[in-house]
Amino acid sequence: MRQTDRHFKFDWLTIFLFFLLVGFGWLNILSASQNGDEITILNFTTSYGKQLVFIGLTCILILLILAIDSKFYERFSSIIYIIGLALLVGVLLFGKTINGATSWYAIGPMTLQPSEFVKAATALAVAKYISDLNTDIAKLKDQLRTILIIAIPALLILLQNDTGSMLVYGAFFFVLYREGLPKYYLWIIIFIAVVSISALKFNVLPTILVVTILLFGFYFFKRKKVKISLPIGLLLLCLALSFSVKFFYNNILQPHQQDRISLWLRLEKDPEKLERMKKTFAYNLNESEKAISSGGLKGKGFLEGTRTTGKFVPEQDTDYIFTTVGEEWGFLGSFAVVLVFVILIIRILHLAELQKSQFSRVYGYSVAAIFFFHFMINIGMVMGLIPTIGIPLPFFSYGGSGLWGFTILLFIFIKLDSNRINEW
Amino acid sequence: MRQFLLFISVIIVGIVFTARLFYLQVYKSNNDSIFEDNAIRKVYDYPKRGFVYDRNGKLLVANQPSYDVMVIPREVEPLDTLEFCNLLKIDKEHFIKQIDKAKHYSWRLPSVMVSSLSKEDYAILQEKMRKYHGFYIQKRSLRKYETTIGANVLGDIGEVNNRNIKNDPYYKRGDLIGKAGVEASYENTLRGRKGIKFIQKDRFNRNIGPYKDGTLDTLPKPGKDIKITIDYELQAYGEWLMQNKRGGVIAIEPSSGEILAMIAAPTYNPNDLVGRKRSKNYTKLFNDSIAKPLFNRSLQGVYEPGSPFKLMNALIGLQENVITTDEKITCYSGYKYGNRFMKCHCHYGARNDVSRGIQESCNAYFATTYRRILEKPGNARDGIELWSNHAKSFGLGNFLNNDLYVGQKGRIPDKAYYQKAYPERFYSTYTISNAIGQGEVATTPIQLANMVAAIANRGYYYTPHIVKAIEGESLPKKFTTPKYTTIDKKHFEPVIEGMLNVYKKGTASGLQVKGLEICGKTGTVENFAIIDSVKTQLTDHSIFVAFAPKDNPKIALAVFVENGYFGSRFAGKIASLMIEKYVNNKITRKDLEKWLLTHSLENEYAKPYSGEPFKINRETQYQIIPMEEVKPLPDNIIPK
Repeated sequence: MRQTDRHFKFDWLTIFLFFLLVGFGWLNILSASQNGDEITILNFTTSYGKQLVFIGLTCILILLILAIDSKFYERFSSIIYIIGLALLVGVLLFGKTINGATSWYAIGPMTLQPSEFVKAATALAVAKYISDLNTDIAKLKDQLRTILIIAIPALLILLQNDTGSMLVYGAFFFVLYREGLPKYYLWIIIFIAVVSISALKFNVLPTILVVTILLFGFYFFKRKKVKISLPIGLLLLCLALSFSVKFFYNNILQPHQQDRISLWLRLEKDPEKLERMKKTFAYNLNESEKAISSGGLKGKGFLEGTRTTGKFVPEQDTDYIFTTVGEEWGFLGSFAVVLVFVILIIRILHLAELQKSQFSRVYGYSVAAIFFFHFMINIGMVMGLIPTIGIPLPFFSYGGSGLWGFTILLFIFIKLDSNRINEW
Repeated sequence: MRQFLLFISVIIVGIVFTARLFYLQVYKSNNDSIFEDNAIRKVYDYPKRGFVYDRNGKLLVANQPSYDVMVIPREVEPLDTLEFCNLLKIDKEHFIKQIDKAKHYSWRLPSVMVSSLSKEDYAILQEKMRKYHGFYIQKRSLRKYETTIGANVLGDIGEVNNRNIKNDPYYKRGDLIGKAGVEASYENTLRGRKGIKFIQKDRFNRNIGPYKDGTLDTLPKPGKDIKITIDYELQAYGEWLMQNKRGGVIAIEPSSGEILAMIAAPTYNPNDLVGRKRSKNYTKLFNDSIAKPLFNRSLQGVYEPGSPFKLMNALIGLQENVITTDEKITCYSGYKYGNRFMKCHCHYGARNDVSRGIQESCNAYFATTYRRILEKPGNARDGIELWSNHAKSFGLGNFLNNDLYVGQKGRIPDKAYYQKAYPERFYSTYTISNAIGQGEVATTPIQLANMVAAIANRGYYYTPHIVKAIEGESLPKKFTTPKYTTIDKKHFEPVIEGMLNVYKKGTASGLQVKGLEICGKTGTVENFAIIDSVKTQLTDHSIFVAFAPKDNPKIALAVFVENGYFGSRFAGKIASLMIEKYVNNKITRKDLEKWLLTHSLENEYAKPYSGEPFKINRETQYQIIPMEEVKPLPDNIIPK
């Protein structure tokens, strides 16, 4: 291999998509954070000015990541993971509380959110552990250990009161499943999800009834005979689950979490209460849907979004940034963003599958799964498809930690991928 | 298969998102038009409403500033409520109620605290206003009527209703629109065009600057001034004479069709419907279902015309050659048809030609004429069509299609009409009442005045209208082109001769004005009311039509006085005085004037509602009003 080719081994498509998203994201931050004054791009008191600095620093960060030898990431993954955990513990002790979550280190005027970086650290650790020759993910012991690696940072983030970021660790299920987690895990998850949602939405009795009919129908018409204890066991499980979900919802969830779920599942039918909801906890969602909807097919044009300019949608430059896309760029722009994300994730998946080393593959898979989770939860939430969960949209939402966290996550993989041919 | 789980999930989520986006943005999109976008505040800039002048340039309607006290609840600080209430001339309960209302509406947005302060109250309040935080004074423009007369001519403006908004998207809630009279019929001219400013607001409803830098904003276009054909003095004088009576008067300038006076009695002060007192007064006027002050009797009052309609029958008779100027018809103190008899005031055996028939208002003469007209084509159905077409050519029986806000068709029966009423057989005698202007014939005062104008012009008329000039516009053609009747010019002279004799020696001989050749015709119309489900006859309506001078006529008018008994008793006097006032601009017949002012018909109007039996016509008593109680004439209009 000639020396000059080294620079072109990076996957330029991924890098191109990355810059596309960052660039378009910045335009939307500009629109969402301008306040009608004249726009001076180098005004660092504004969000868009600061974000431009973050983007600049990101470029340096990228060069740094790509300059480091790819072996480094595998070799030092455990240490990186432990440093990450230490940062998470530290933030609980010394951190600054913003919006009820103790997730930030305050360094002078700057704040840093360690949980954004720990995703990459965890992904490295999981990749390292699974790729170990002694690890067999089909075994319960190794499953538990892997889950522990994932659960520790997740738990620490939960302690920060940042539920949204915690949920992202669910993404690792896809990774484990890909690497050989037994199939019944998938079925259990689907079973739990369906029964829980059904118990909340349609109440316990109808859920149980339907499950009973399905289970026994399945039992009697199945050619291969199974023991009667299986459907009965499942039924009892379902019963227990339904009641505990109800109990959990009514007694353990905080009121604002109850509201979010109630809103999501459209549990409230009383029109008067619905009107009141629109002014209180459903305000964000209501305004966000209206802003997206007002964009129509072609959108109102860059910097022309009246709801964006009027700041009708709260948190519009961070978690609700997608509403700006919706209002100003319309269906065409929003669809383009969705499409670019889908292509990016699939591209990463595709590259991961091409990896020769299991470490690189598992890591790549983690990157794709994490991006997927953020993409799904954020845009789903903004459009009212899933309950309100505050997590950023990768590359779009305002914030340095988020941007750097995703950049590190992605570019470590790009570096690993560039090295897939000349192994070792 | 394991490697496809995430792949498939990504694809599914992508599809679901696209579908959701499509649903929100394309299928269910509300696609904010700038007017529906609630992130854009639309602030309207109202132009000056045009002024209204009379034909001689006297200002009738202008604008006046009005002051509203506004409150922004959020900014209110503790204040001396008692002093503030005294300044605003409200009590404390009202103050608290208004504040609560404002808070309920919005803490951040201004609400009206007290509307339409007078100029005097404003002057006092203005100095102390700085003491009261959260309150400020907002100036608005109100209509100002520079006169107390002409309410039915000028009309009024009020807030738009839902129908206005639906019919014309120009209007937004809270806008003002002409509701009646000239204000309504020239609404588009007077109102101008409001300007609009688009302002970007934020989620607290605060303004944060112009939308698109104000490139979509428009400037208001002021309303145009308008000159109407009304002669202020004549209008005022007529209204003054009509006090304590009900009815309508229309005076027209025959040579142009301009309406010189349009009086509906009873009337009200147009300033009563301005500002703070509008709604209270409007309700009062609206609910007066007996005197009906909002009912424009000169345009909407449909009456049987009575004897003045004989002029029409004479003209048709002459045109159709069924009577001639030479022929005399004998009156047997009435007219016998079949086994029925129509009475007449003529002595038995009187022989009348056309002029004398008019002068004496001979029923027999016109019954004969009418019958001959109907029988001329061979059958009465074609005859009635012939007769009807002539009458309609004078603008009777249909809308005049002019620029007045209200109107009525009246009724001139024709073939089709009687086809329904008499499907089997139809003879001329069936409708003999039409000969003397009763029966199925019905007109409004303006139609009758227009008929007289056409007679004064000897054969044509201009559509009566109220607009004289609009700045920068020419009058529509329909007001400046004459409309010819179907009667030849030569047939008018004998009729006019008869009308002149009405004054000289006929039914109005007591009403002459020295040196003025007035042509007129009295009318006395029977009328009935249903009282306790019994058809009861009331005192006759007093009707008079006239024009003057005989040659080159300057004014033609029709006067209807409800229940005034015979034509010269009330209507004739009013007509004579108004003609003298307009043509000579002085009143020599002070005796008539005083008589009219001191004689009220209110007792007559009270009769049907009294619940007691009452007497009519000859047996009624005059209700005399002492001269001190007579309302004075606004301004000193009559020169000594």
